[in-house]
Amino acid sequence: MSRLKILALLPLAAALSGCDYVVLAPAGDIAAQQRDLVIISTVLMLLIVVPVMALTVLFAWRYRQSNTDARYEPEWDHSTALELVIWSAPLLIIVCLGALTWMGTHLLDPYRTLGRIHADRAVDQSKAPLEVDVVALDWKWLFIYPDYGIATVNELAAPVDRPITFRITASSVMNSFYIPALAGQIYAMPGMETKLHAVVNHAGSYKGFSANYSGAGFSGMRFNFQGLDDKGFDAWVASAKSAGGSLGRAEYLQLEKPSENEPVRRWGTVDADLYRLILNMCVETGKMCQSEMMAIDAKGGNGHEGLNNTLPLAYDKYARRGTALGPEPSFVAGTCTPDAPQGKTTASITAPVDMAPLLGAGLKRPSFTPLKSSSFFLGLRPKSDS
Amino acid sequence: MSPDFLKLIFGRLTIESLPLHEPIVVGTFAVVATGGLVMLAGLTYLRLWGYLWREWFTSVDHKRIGIMYMILGIVMLLRGFADALMMRLQQALAFGGSEGYLNAHHYDQIFTAHGVIMIFFVAMPLVTGLMNYVVPLQIGARDVSFPFLNNFSFWMTVGGAVLVMASLFIGEFARTGWLAYPPLSNIGYSPDVGVDYYIWGLQVAGVGTTLSGINLICTIVKLRCPGMTMMKMPVFTWTSLCTNVLIVASFPVLTVVLALLTLDRYVGTNFFTNDFGGSPMMYVNLIWIWGHPEVYILVLPAFGIFSEVTSTFSGKRLFGYTSMVYATVVITILSYLVWLHHFFTMGSGASVNSFFGITTMIISIPTGAKMFNWLFTMYRGRIRYELPMLWTIAFMLTFVLGGMTGVLLAVPPADFVLHNSLFLIAHFHNVIIGGVVFGAFAGINYWFPKAFGFKLDPFWGKLSFWFWVTGFYLAFMPLYVLGLMGVTRRLRVFDDPSLQIWFIIAGIGAFLVFLGILSMLMQFAVSFLKREQLKDVTGDPWDARTLEWATSSPPPDYNFAFTPVVHDNDAWWDMKRRGYQRPLTGFKPIHMPSSTGTGIILAGLATAMGFGLIWYIWWLAALSFAGLLVVGIGHTFNYHRDFDIPADDVIRAEDARTKLLAGAK
Repeated sequence: MSRLKILALLPLAAALSGCDYVVLAPAGDIAAQQRDLVIISTVLMLLIVVPVMALTVLFAWRYRQSNTDARYEPEWDHSTALELVIWSAPLLIIVCLGALTWMGTHLLDPYRTLGRIHADRAVDQSKAPLEVDVVALDWKWLFIYPDYGIATVNELAAPVDRPITFRITASSVMNSFYIPALAGQIYAMPGMETKLHAVVNHAGSYKGFSANYSGAGFSGMRFNFQGLDDKGFDAWVASAKSAGGSLGRAEYLQLEKPSENEPVRRWGTVDADLYRLILNMCVETGKMCQSEMMAIDAKGGNGHEGLNNTLPLAYDKYARRGTALGPEPSFVAGTCTPDAPQGKTTASITAPVDMAPLLGAGLKRPSFTPLKSSSFFLGLRPKSDS
Repeated sequence: MSPDFLKLIFGRLTIESLPLHEPIVVGTFAVVATGGLVMLAGLTYLRLWGYLWREWFTSVDHKRIGIMYMILGIVMLLRGFADALMMRLQQALAFGGSEGYLNAHHYDQIFTAHGVIMIFFVAMPLVTGLMNYVVPLQIGARDVSFPFLNNFSFWMTVGGAVLVMASLFIGEFARTGWLAYPPLSNIGYSPDVGVDYYIWGLQVAGVGTTLSGINLICTIVKLRCPGMTMMKMPVFTWTSLCTNVLIVASFPVLTVVLALLTLDRYVGTNFFTNDFGGSPMMYVNLIWIWGHPEVYILVLPAFGIFSEVTSTFSGKRLFGYTSMVYATVVITILSYLVWLHHFFTMGSGASVNSFFGITTMIISIPTGAKMFNWLFTMYRGRIRYELPMLWTIAFMLTFVLGGMTGVLLAVPPADFVLHNSLFLIAHFHNVIIGGVVFGAFAGINYWFPKAFGFKLDPFWGKLSFWFWVTGFYLAFMPLYVLGLMGVTRRLRVFDDPSLQIWFIIAGIGAFLVFLGILSMLMQFAVSFLKREQLKDVTGDPWDARTLEWATSSPPPDYNFAFTPVVHDNDAWWDMKRRGYQRPLTGFKPIHMPSSTGTGIILAGLATAMGFGLIWYIWWLAALSFAGLLVVGIGHTFNYHRDFDIPADDVIRAEDARTKLLAGAK
């Protein structure tokens, strides 16, 4: 068996040299600090783990049955001094580690704005941080640069040493936004926003991906993150600008439909309100935004009128066709928005009505048609209030 | 026939739901069906059906039920491990533009099924089986508190397993990951039957687990023999008590969270939807409030096993019994205060994250104390390296590594870079295989002679041991490395060719584990053939310390002819030391519970109801539910629940043992 192990180790040694331990050798200050914590914690714990393993081997060998020279005390089962040591030694380590954790967690909180861009360099306050809005779609990443009015799919770029502020959400299911070279991950969740502050210190091209399984096309949710110098970044922005095209609500609704292994795409202009609409799940015109709903709810809601303020749902992402016994799917209608004054809402649902069910790459999905029983559980709802 | 009529009869089950065009699945089905038919034919030929029904399926004897749990666990291990091999093969192949041999539809089902099966239908049955078998014997009881309930619990667990297995050939399983996070698991994104199989499989099995937890708590609290105060209970009984407290306090949370998901999927509520104020985060919180204690549900009994084994094979009292007990209790309580560490990366604030990170680390203090207690039990002992002890040493060396990476992952900033990576996968396999699986194997090797009257063959046992241990290290150390390279879990294809070598090594490791499993099956077969040579007539083959070794191997139906009286932690050791004489006269009739088929019938109906609900076959669901009520209420009118073993039978059994013992000397 040991020979097998050695044989297996040979390619290991070869592989070790050629590998990219990006978590241990990142290119961004946040990831580097996180790496430091990984290493310090490991060393702290090795202080106790190594002795335990050594003692295990030592005792296992020394007190084997055939070694009759070793002392044998079958009734010895207590020692207050030893008990004190075995409870307090791990306790001491955990006290240190706990203090480290408390500090590290606060200092490296992804919501916290950066205080430094490198171990020995403070943030240059004259430069505003780069803002990037990230949307996880099925199954690709949309990046919107609100300051530049451009958007990309599956390509992210940032200037070196300039702090980046990510605002992150998703269109349908949970994903996790992760560029190991830049900073730790944070989830992208529909209807919710997470934030990440980070900075890249070395120019280069790094991998980014989704770190949370999100369905069939998950493996292909990869993108390149480019750390560029200022000039290179300006050139990159310019090339995106010159790519032309415009990403508005209608284009977005097309884009968010599931697709796998998407190539890089760029848009020269982007609807300035798009990210807010995505976050509030109201890109479809006529649908009430979450923020509006919460504002109404915070004031006590619309009473009984509010209960019936729903519209039949023609389309929900890609597959929702109702439940087995429940009501027909519907959504909360916008009561009044600047671009959709009341009364016009039902007429203008422009969501793509693609009723073809999504198929897995292999099995044909069993046919699925909801029973059209009335909604006995939630009570009948008028389908429309217009 | 009209489609409406067909829909009424079959719900959404159509001929297309059968994966007839999938060669891998059809092949698997052919093998399983052939094997199943051969087995059925064999049982019929040997006329074993009546025997199995009378002596096993309807038995309320905790020992029989314990053994059936173990068989279920081992059978499901084969299925769960087949999934693991398929994943390892896919990940070793899918490089350089290759798609591997599994499409997403398949691969995503496989990793989901692997997780679900290994936790719910391998680890849980193995642990429950050992507790079921050993606890009543260790506390000097004749059975558990509610013997019929015990039988019913077992069959409900089987029912859940049957549903999960059925998904392989009828329809499909969930493609969501083993915890089925919404929104992905909601009807909008998983409209097919996969998640419904998941839900009903777990709900049916969950009823069994919860009831079995209640049963064992009652047993331990109420049925201990005279003299066995709480602080004189064997450590395995203590850890079982804590585990069952955890089960009873946490499984209802799973039941509720799955019920809410069911409502979302079946009647259009919005608990976990994106729209209408639903909150998927609520699901994530709730499922981990169950999920974290679940980890300790699995590992605490394993800790108990290691305590018994270390003490027995070191020929020494357990070091620090009291601190061992308190450590177990502290772990039990703390396990409820750490659930958020499974999602530090979902945007909680720094103070919340630190709180849960630090509570998680605190658990390592009692766990560390336990580790030292085992160490100092070995210290100044006389260690016999029988198989259970080998597994224990492997556990001690492996588990500290897994514990260390676990504490590392509890540091939130470290978790931000390692969460969901293969480092995490390596960590939890490190603790679950190194802790729970090694523990179960130590337990199987340790208590097998008690259950069957002969020891397990050491040659094949050692072979299995070495295959497992080396296989484990080869399979999972590369995953730690890959995690440090930023490789995430559940990926089906890879673009970076430099990673491939690591996946190939991991694949070789998995194959070695496969050889380990085969060797273990071989070990059972060889031991059965050599049962005369390996026979144990004393009832105490390991010179052990606790009460289960005071009776014969296998124990008589009634466990103990006279209820023992306990004066010491190591009750049997104490009895041996003080020259205990087995009573040879004065036997009386023994009052015992009767067998009943109600448990298996109820579980069968529950499974049919689950199947009906999964496929929207409403008549089947309604009928089975009505059947459940009728049989359940009907059983309350069953007044033949107990009987007396006549004194003559007891005398005969005890005399036979007396002769055996005389022959042994």
